[in-house]
This record gives sequence, structure tokens and C-alpha cells, in this order.
Amino acid sequence: MTTTLTPPPRGASKRAPSRPPVSARGSAARGRPGDGRFVAACLLPALALFALFMIWPTVSVFRMSLYSWSGFSAQMRFVGLDNFTKLVDDEQFLRAFQNTVALLVVVTVVTMGMGLFLAAVMTRQKLRGHTLYRFVLYIPNVLSVVVIAAIFSAVYDQENGLLNGTLRLLSLDGLQQVWLGDQKLVLYSVAIAMLWQSLGYYMVIYMSSMASIPEELYEASALDGASAGRQFFAVTLPLIWQNLRTTLTFFILSAVNLSFVLVRAMTGGGPDGASEVLLSYMYKQAYTNSAYGYGMAIGVVIFAFSFLVSLLVSRATRREPLQF
Amino acid sequence: MTTINKSGPRPGRGLTHLLVGAITLLIVIPVGWVLVASLKRKSEFFGSPWTLPEGLHLQNYVDAFGGAQMGRYFATSVLVTLLGLVFVLAVSVPAAYVVARYEFRGKGIVEVALLAGLFVNVNYIVVPIFLMLVDWDRALVDVFPDGFFLDNPAMLSLVYAATSIPFTIYLLTAYFRSIPGDFEEAALLDGASRFRIMTRVMLPMARPAVTTVILFNFLAYWNDFIIALTLLPGEGKTLQVGLLNLMAAQKAAADPGRLYAGMVIVIVPVLLLYALIQRRLIQGMAAGGVKG
Repeated sequence: MTTTLTPPPRGASKRAPSRPPVSARGSAARGRPGDGRFVAACLLPALALFALFMIWPTVSVFRMSLYSWSGFSAQMRFVGLDNFTKLVDDEQFLRAFQNTVALLVVVTVVTMGMGLFLAAVMTRQKLRGHTLYRFVLYIPNVLSVVVIAAIFSAVYDQENGLLNGTLRLLSLDGLQQVWLGDQKLVLYSVAIAMLWQSLGYYMVIYMSSMASIPEELYEASALDGASAGRQFFAVTLPLIWQNLRTTLTFFILSAVNLSFVLVRAMTGGGPDGASEVLLSYMYKQAYTNSAYGYGMAIGVVIFAFSFLVSLLVSRATRREPLQF
Repeated sequence: MTTINKSGPRPGRGLTHLLVGAITLLIVIPVGWVLVASLKRKSEFFGSPWTLPEGLHLQNYVDAFGGAQMGRYFATSVLVTLLGLVFVLAVSVPAAYVVARYEFRGKGIVEVALLAGLFVNVNYIVVPIFLMLVDWDRALVDVFPDGFFLDNPAMLSLVYAATSIPFTIYLLTAYFRSIPGDFEEAALLDGASRFRIMTRVMLPMARPAVTTVILFNFLAYWNDFIIALTLLPGEGKTLQVGLLNLMAAQKAAADPGRLYAGMVIVIVPVLLLYALIQRRLIQGMAAGGVKG
């Protein structure tokens, strides 16, 4: 890339060949001698950092996945696809994979459903105080995941937690649970924390895209006797469909990540691997187990998985874009 | 203008109000509870979680700032975040400007690479970054026997900056493109240099976009703990990693007050900032719409 940053030949601007460069639209400085040096000086620092700390590490993930390497020793043994064949028999890995998929499906469906509902209610019914609601609902999105993990650890605490304490107060002692210590429950507890974190963010996005739908469409459909529910499915949803698709893709990418940071800070994957997700298992293999090659093979699976899911979702939700 | 919605009370409106209010309470209560609990004495944590503290037990904050070193971690976090913002703006503003306004060979590749970078989450690649820094430290062991790259807050800032380059350039480029070229033409006729046009003409006009970028990157740097945990394994921790340690210590020592005070120390600056700039944050999010 670095050698291609030469200035374009003078007058090579295809869009306005007959005009002097000064009047070329949107680029006052196009085609002056010395442009190349300026472009390079502006671009190279950013590209160098980007290449060093993003492209190269990404390539490394793929390269290292083909080696058996215990970290700091110099011995790196090429093992081809062995790491990947081992993965298929690794029950902990399969469990982490299942957990990731379960969290993705449940959290995505619930968050988007509730986010859409809230956004529709807030924009259509013009609830009094909706800016206050929006302000509050967005708060979790600015909090760090460590804080959220700490909050939920306190809420879920077995002895003095908000949840069990409240249940005791209501004489519902029978419903008390070890929210983060029960293998069957822990994943739901994590899912609720994820929902709590991301609901406001998606609501705000949908609110802004719903706000751009012209009021006449609703008036017309109301004259035709459409109920609020019918309006939502016949008018709102089709018109924000493209926006919905985009957020779905980003949701999946960020949920893979959020599930990890939350699990890392809140449960550490426990109890006994019951809340382990793909990325946390990758970390465990790399740092705790010093199986760097194996860990990076998991990394490759995560890359491939999130890419494939995004692609499939994008394909499955493709519709003719509607204009208004 | 009359809208259908205002033309009469809708059935079910009270119900939706109730529901939205309930969901809002579910967000407020845990956060508020932490704020209140940070003022409780140790003995007040047992029994009902809904009791208010009898007095303002500020000793928790003294313990958190001093004993748990949250004050020191706070300073590290401020330093790392500010430095990261300086780094990312210094390299991204010129790059975004050039991508938006100049034609050069390889531009297509650069744009595609940066766009692909939007999809690479930092947490996927921290392990190789960590190993790379370990390698560099080992190579320079004669010059810096104690290591230079790991446990170096400036290095952490640099990694933050580097990994947020795709998002930053994406947002800034879009904004630069939306500014009409007339201003640059006028400046060019006045004999301004390219650098001067960029810094004195375009940068001031791009201020809304720069503010948005600063906000999102501030939150990302301030709130990160995975990279900080990996790249600062020694004593100099960031606030988030410090809080993580406090959580682990609290499990053993059963002294919740200090932990709650620590949480408040982490929450309050972000909450204040959010209250001040929430409108811009939400607008910027709707415009950028990519940062999760």
C-alpha cells in the first residue's frame, strides 16, 4: 500500500477534465504538485498504527491457529489443522459454543423485540416525559461492563443481594435462588444483565429511525381504521426494515463480545463452565492454560462464526427496500 | 396541526405508560441502590436491602480512594484516556481529511481495509497484541531490562487509539465529505497551504463530528477493561481493573461498603458527562449508528 501513494498525474481528474483544478468540485487541492507528499504524510501514521495493531494481530490469530505453542518458549510446532480437529472433541468448547448461541438467540430476540416496542410506544403515543425515559434507559450504555457486572453481582448476591432480599421481604423465600451459582440459572442471569445493558441503546436507534417516518402515513392508515398494533406491523416495521437489518448485524457482533466481557467480570465462566462463552474460553486457553495455538483456533472459529451468522441474517432478512 | 394520537385518549395508553415506567424503574433501582449502599456501615448490609443508611458513612470512600488505591487508578485512567484521545485525533483527522478530499492510488484498498476494520473487535485480537509487546520487550531487554512496552500506560493509549482508527476515520470522513468544497477553494485562492486549509479551515468546521468522535472514544477508553487488564499486568492499573480487583477482594473479605464506594467513583464521572452531553451523544449515535 505504501508505494502506491503517488500523486495522480496533473489534469487526470476524470470528472472535470476541461476545468482548472481549482474548480473541481469538493476537492480544492486536487492535482497540485506535492499532493502526494501531503497525502502520504497525512495517511501514513494512521495506516501504520492500523496495520501494526489491527491487521497484523488479525493475521496472527489465523497464523497461530495452525501451530502448537505454549507461549513464551521459542518452540512453535506447525500442526496444520490439528487444533481444529481437537476442538470438535472438546466438550468444554462445545458447551461454550452452545452458550454463545443460546445467549445470542435469546438476548437478540428479547432486546430487539422490547427495543422496538418501547421505541414505537414512545414515538407514536408521545408519552409524557419520554425524554426522561430515554435519558434513563440509555444510562446502562454509558456504564462500563465492570460496573454492570458489579451491580448485578450485588443484585444477585445470595445472602444480601437486592433480589433475594426483596423476595425475603415479600415472604417469597421459596423463590430465592443462587442466581450466579446455579448451573441451570447462571446463563439466564447473564442474559438479563445483557438485556439490561443494551435495551436502551437499541431503543434510541429505533426511535430516531421511526421519527423520520412521515406522519401522513399514520393518519391515512388510521382513517382506514387501522389499530395501533396493525399500524406497527403494516407501516412502522416495513419502513424501518433496512435500519433493523443493520442493527441486527451489529447486534450479533457486539453480543458475542458483550457476553464475554460480562462473563469475564461477573462469573469467570463458572460455575464449572456453565456460563463459559467462546471468547472467554479462548482467553482461558491462551492465558490460563498457555495453549496459545489452541486458543487462536478458537479465535478463528469466533471470526468465522460471527461472519457467517451476520451473512446469513443479512440474507434471510433481505427485502425490497421501501421508500416513503 | 392535529395528529391522530392527540385526537382522544387511546385505550391501553395507561397500560403502556405503566409498562414503560416499570422498565425505567428496573434501570434506575439497581444504580440508585448502589449509590445508597455506598454510604452504609458494614453492619447495615445485613437484613433488608431496602433500608436507608442511618448516616452518611463516608469512611467507605476514604477506604476506596486510599486503601483500595482507587485514587491512584483514577489518575491512571485519566492519563490513559486523554493520551489515547490525543493519539487517535492526531492520526485520524489528517487521514480522514485526505480520504475525503484527495484522489490517490490505492485509495480503494485503504477504504475497504478501514471498513473491514470496523468489524474486527479488539477483544478478538488482544492475545496477539499482548504477545507482540512481549516479543518487543524481549528484543529490547538490553536497553530496558524492566521492559518498556508492557505496563506502560502510554502504550495502552496507543493501542486504544490504533484500534479505534477505523471507527474514527469512518465518522470523520463522512462528515468532511458533507462540507461543501467552496471554503477550501476560497482558502486556496488566498494562497493557504494544504496543511493550513486542513487545520484552519476544515477542522473548525468539522467540530461536531470531532466532538462525537471524542465522546464515543472517551467512553470506549474509559470503560475498557480487557485490554487494560492484559497490557498493564503490574501495579499501575486503570480504574476498571481496580474495580475488578475490588470485586474479587470483597468476596473474600466481606466488606461491601468499600466496593460500593469504588463503584460510585467509577460511575459518577461517566454519569455526569452523560447528563451534560446526552443530546449530542444520542444524535451522534443516530448518525454513526455503528458503535455497539
